[in-house]
Amino acid sequence: MLTIKNLQAKIGEKQILNGINLEVKPGEVHAIMGPNGSGKSTLASVLAGREEYEVTGGEVSFEGKDLLEMAPEDRAREGVFLAFQYPVEIPGVSTINFMKTAVNQIREYRGQPTLDAVSFLGVMKEKMKLVEIDQALLNRALNEGFSGGEKKRNEIFQMAMLEPKLAVLDETDSGLDIDALKIVSNGVNKLRNKSNAVIVVTHYQRLLDYIVPDFVHVLYKGKIVKSGTKELALELEAKGYDWIKEEVSVL
Amino acid sequence: MSATVTDNNTTSELAALLDKQLVATAVDAALRKEAAIAFRTAGLPAAKAEEYRFTPVTRILEKQFTLSQPTPAGQASRINDYTLAGLEADTLVFINGVFSPADSSIQKTTDLTILPLQEALVSHTALVLKHLGQYADTAADAFTAWNTAAWTNGLFVHVPDNKIIERPIILYHLHDTSEGQVVTATRNLIVVGRNAEVTILEKYDSAGASPSFSNQVTEAVVAENAGLNLYSIQHDAGQRHQVGMTRIQQANYSRVNTFTFTLNGKLVRNNLQLVLDGEGIESHMYGLYLLTGDTLADNHTVVDHRKPNSFSNELYKGVMDGNARGVFNGKIYVRPQAQKTNAFQANRNILLSPTATVNTKPQLEIWADDVKCSHGCTSGQLDEEALFYLRARGIDKLSAQAMMLYAFAGEVLTNVKNPVVKEYLDNLISQRLHKNF
Ligand SMILES: Nc1ncnc2c1ncn2[C@@H]1O[C@H](COP(=O)(O)OP(=O)(O)OP(=O)(O)O)[C@@H](O)[C@H]1O
Ligand SMILES: [Mg+2]
Repeated sequence: MLTIKNLQAKIGEKQILNGINLEVKPGEVHAIMGPNGSGKSTLASVLAGREEYEVTGGEVSFEGKDLLEMAPEDRAREGVFLAFQYPVEIPGVSTINFMKTAVNQIREYRGQPTLDAVSFLGVMKEKMKLVEIDQALLNRALNEGFSGGEKKRNEIFQMAMLEPKLAVLDETDSGLDIDALKIVSNGVNKLRNKSNAVIVVTHYQRLLDYIVPDFVHVLYKGKIVKSGTKELALELEAKGYDWIKEEVSVL
Repeated sequence: MSATVTDNNTTSELAALLDKQLVATAVDAALRKEAAIAFRTAGLPAAKAEEYRFTPVTRILEKQFTLSQPTPAGQASRINDYTLAGLEADTLVFINGVFSPADSSIQKTTDLTILPLQEALVSHTALVLKHLGQYADTAADAFTAWNTAAWTNGLFVHVPDNKIIERPIILYHLHDTSEGQVVTATRNLIVVGRNAEVTILEKYDSAGASPSFSNQVTEAVVAENAGLNLYSIQHDAGQRHQVGMTRIQQANYSRVNTFTFTLNGKLVRNNLQLVLDGEGIESHMYGLYLLTGDTLADNHTVVDHRKPNSFSNELYKGVMDGNARGVFNGKIYVRPQAQKTNAFQANRNILLSPTATVNTKPQLEIWADDVKCSHGCTSGQLDEEALFYLRARGIDKLSAQAMMLYAFAGEVLTNVKNPVVKEYLDNLISQRLHKNF
């Protein structure tokens, strides 16, 4: 589904990604871990098409198409979804209108009929249940004044609405309380099926208890320096990153 | 004002024209004559005149207009393209500055008086002369002097004490330049009695390719505990130049809301002056300008707090694209006796292109010591992070931009209380935003 080959990217003069390789197949869950500042969010942003980042080398193909060639909106329409580490507050833009526009533009792109107000609200109600998000929250301006946890829940609500093929969840667990973490993870799990895939970026094992990864990767200094199965996450939780940093410096 | 006297011929040409047009038998002949003299004395603003620093009105009159050329009559039939559908209102239509009774409709009622000002001058002479020219200062502004000397017609409204008028009054000012250059001077006088209330909307449109110029003056007197809602929708095709002066005199506990929407045009200069000559007054001035091409919109506002315990709030927002230019100048005066004044002002701008500009300047002059005043001016680009967030959800760039601009404009639009007017503006503005601005 997603093939990343030797991806390099910089922002301004700062080189951040230094040759990333990753293969994600339908049905898989990949976890990406790594110390602060190692480039995890940068990778997520580059996949989503953030223009501030300049891709300096490598390629990314998504279902056989060159992802890097596409505008951010087309990537979303093709089925890539990024749950932001820091969702943006957009005062004055109603969450419901925003979602309706997004859903319908995506449907149009895929050649599906657009939803009228009634059927849109029907879908919305159903997805709200999935992530147990309150209608009152969605009646407000997009993320404006939302608590940290509310923003994260809203991200997963949007994911549920857009039904992506590939979801990249950037530290969706941070800011969620213990119950919310369970609810949101359950939501993600319910959205999973054989034909979609998830990349979860996280610092903590706890999320991976709920969303169980097939593969765990460690990103360090803009490179994936170690990959393993879910046991790797447990090892990181126990030992931290020093041993990996040492391994890298030996190489 | 002495610095504004120009050495160009336009002032003297226009002054001579104003003199020539004076009619000795006019009811307001004395007023007009004085104004013509005031015009000659003040002169059109010179290129460096502080008040018109960014807005070269004089040069435009000089270069693009032949002032001696008569204004053609214009096509009345065109007005239907510009009206607000579905709005129950009394309407007055002015085509090229001339009142068009056939296109206007004024309901018969004893609740209030609505008349073309020329008619009112004859039928309500004492009331009109008591107020006409008493507020808009001919010595302070050459365009006001010109207008006072030469206005052709306009609106007269008198709302008697204690009458709350729900039905809005709409003025359509159409310039039809298909048969040549149009220059107009129109004049409104609004008198709102004690505890009374009224809503007036003016809409400016134009058709035809020749240049046009309108000089527009509105004087409004709002008595104790009365309310006035004044809307101006400026939506002209490319060639209209417009200089307007709206001067509102407020008494104790009166409430005024003004809305100035500049959505198109070539050059628009709006002077809006509120005199808060009483206590417990509440005034809101809202403005929204969406400019593209090479439109210039210049809003010069004055709020003059003359007595204690009043409140004024001003919010002007603008979006500039292409080579458009925005100008905002907001003066707040708080006189020595106007203690406990609350006066707020904000001007926020978004520049969509590198060649669009805005010049914004708050000017606070505060002589009282126990006051709360604040002002803030900002100009910047659309928030890139927010744009990306919307696009990352599958929304195309233009729609994402439109959503954000609509939200930006929404802060002004939300204060429009009349549902029909609100819907009309909503549609007009969102259509605009969804095109390439
Ligand atoms: N606009 C920018 N200008 C300069 N440096 C930047 C910019 N954006 C990101 N960086 C730097 O790029 C590096 C990688 O950042 P990134 O956000 O990808 O890290 P991360 O792995 O997601 O970290 P965290 O775990 O803290 O979320 C950091 O050193 C960061 O400071
Ligand atoms: Mg990060």
